[in-house]
Amino acid sequence: MNDYGAVSASVETVPVANSSDVVTARQMVRTLAQRTGLSLVHQTKLVTAASELGRNMLIHGGGGVVRATTVADGGRSGIFVEFQDQGPGIPDIELALTDGWTSGNGMGLGLSGAKRLVDEFEIESGSGGTTVRIVKWGR
Amino acid sequence: MTDRVPVLKIGEILLVSIQVDLEDQMVLDLQEDLSNQIVATGAKGVVIDISALEIVDSFVGRMLATNASISRVLGAETIVVGMRPAVAMTLVELGLSLKGVRTALNLERGLKLLRRLSASRG
Amino acid sequence: MTTEGNTQLLVETLVAQRDDFLAQWTSTVGEDLQGRLSKAELGHELSELYEAILGALTASGLDGRGEHFAETRSLLIELSRNRARRGFTSTETARSVFALKEVLEPSLAGDEQGAQAYLQFARLLDDLGLLTTEAYIRTREEIISSQAEQLLELATPVVKLWDGVVGVPLVGTLDSARTQVVMEKLLQTLVDTNSTHAIIDITGVPTVDTQVAQHLLKTVVAARMMGAQCTISGIRPQIAQTIVALGIEFGDIPTNASLSDALRQALKEVALDADDDVRGLL
Repeated sequence: MNDYGAVSASVETVPVANSSDVVTARQMVRTLAQRTGLSLVHQTKLVTAASELGRNMLIHGGGGVVRATTVADGGRSGIFVEFQDQGPGIPDIELALTDGWTSGNGMGLGLSGAKRLVDEFEIESGSGGTTVRIVKWGR
Repeated sequence: MTDRVPVLKIGEILLVSIQVDLEDQMVLDLQEDLSNQIVATGAKGVVIDISALEIVDSFVGRMLATNASISRVLGAETIVVGMRPAVAMTLVELGLSLKGVRTALNLERGLKLLRRLSASRG
Repeated sequence: MTTEGNTQLLVETLVAQRDDFLAQWTSTVGEDLQGRLSKAELGHELSELYEAILGALTASGLDGRGEHFAETRSLLIELSRNRARRGFTSTETARSVFALKEVLEPSLAGDEQGAQAYLQFARLLDDLGLLTTEAYIRTREEIISSQAEQLLELATPVVKLWDGVVGVPLVGTLDSARTQVVMEKLLQTLVDTNSTHAIIDITGVPTVDTQVAQHLLKTVVAARMMGAQCTISGIRPQIAQTIVALGIEFGDIPTNASLSDALRQALKEVALDADDDVRGLL
């Protein structure tokens, strides 16, 4: 993933420790997306992805932090969101990104589905935790 | 203590209108409340109105699908009504198609569909 | 001679001959633009710019990328955006900056220190001129992409065919950006017109490959989740042959050979709905 110059240096942060925090986090992402002028469909896709990833982080990583900010690249602007936990990490990322693969009680669409909903998707995982970064562009 | 989504009884129909951004616990509670209510009231149909929902993720999607299956086992048809276009497009991309869930454009059409189903069942 | 000395000389010259320079600059640029921009507007633009450059020079010297030049840069970006929108070329835009060099040359090039100062100032103006080109191109790109979007909207009219039935005649290739727009418009029209049936006519689509089939299937599934039925019509014989030859899975997509067949089918189902209406709600 490119290192995007942040339009606003302000980064919104929401700590996630329970399922109501996931709601708070996705509302924060929605507000940011609306302010950036993402179309309704783009907003919906981004917020849905944030919801999936936020829940994943809570269930598998024991909670963590969601950070979001506006990014710009050339003439377009978008939203960057990072999900960071200190959980046990994902042993096999390839496998976790496969449709239908689940270790919890979801439908196994969390990671793979979220990846399809955004324009850029990056995942890093180790024994120190998991970090997922996504970008959704305005157009 | 989280809020619960109200389940309203109108004749033989249970109506659920989701008006708030759903927390996972509320989703699980709703599923339980609905199956309890179907048994308690002997309802023949369930209408879940999601027109106010700005997002439906895989968790809520799974609840809708599971709920349709459970209610069918209990002798009631479930209709999900009012899904927004942006939500439908997102669900498709997410990989969810809600197979086995009956749907209608809005509450009125949902009620009509229920009536037709119960008429054809006799 | 030191850079500070050169800067000082530049500032002094720019202050002393401000009115002369501005007048010459405005008239040089004005000639270049051949009256397509009013004298008053141009004069205002350039004098603002002149003050900003002078201010930055006084404060921090010749570093065009420094923070004191922020105002100058934002003025230039604004100017470039303006020019780009009004159809001036990028050369004309950049020359608005470069013209200041010509204006200054006679007053500075006389002695050695002046010439040195002039060269340094010229380098600064080169940087600023490049900035206008960058901003100019960015603006043009924005214009192009917004036009592309408008074109997309224009190319996909969703029409109401009957009470409860809407249709989209698709013409041209179907990529994922286009599908997105068609899907969104179609689904929104279903809600707005309270229609339960949608027909996508692909008579005007030249080829159907696996990807196009995927896009169509997504639309059908999305419509179904909203409680509407979506049919694909207008499948030409060659397309039917390709679909079969490529082994494209069309199984879940309801299809009709012609739009009229699809409409007849949809009307039958809509009529069934209407029968129910007579019996009232609940």
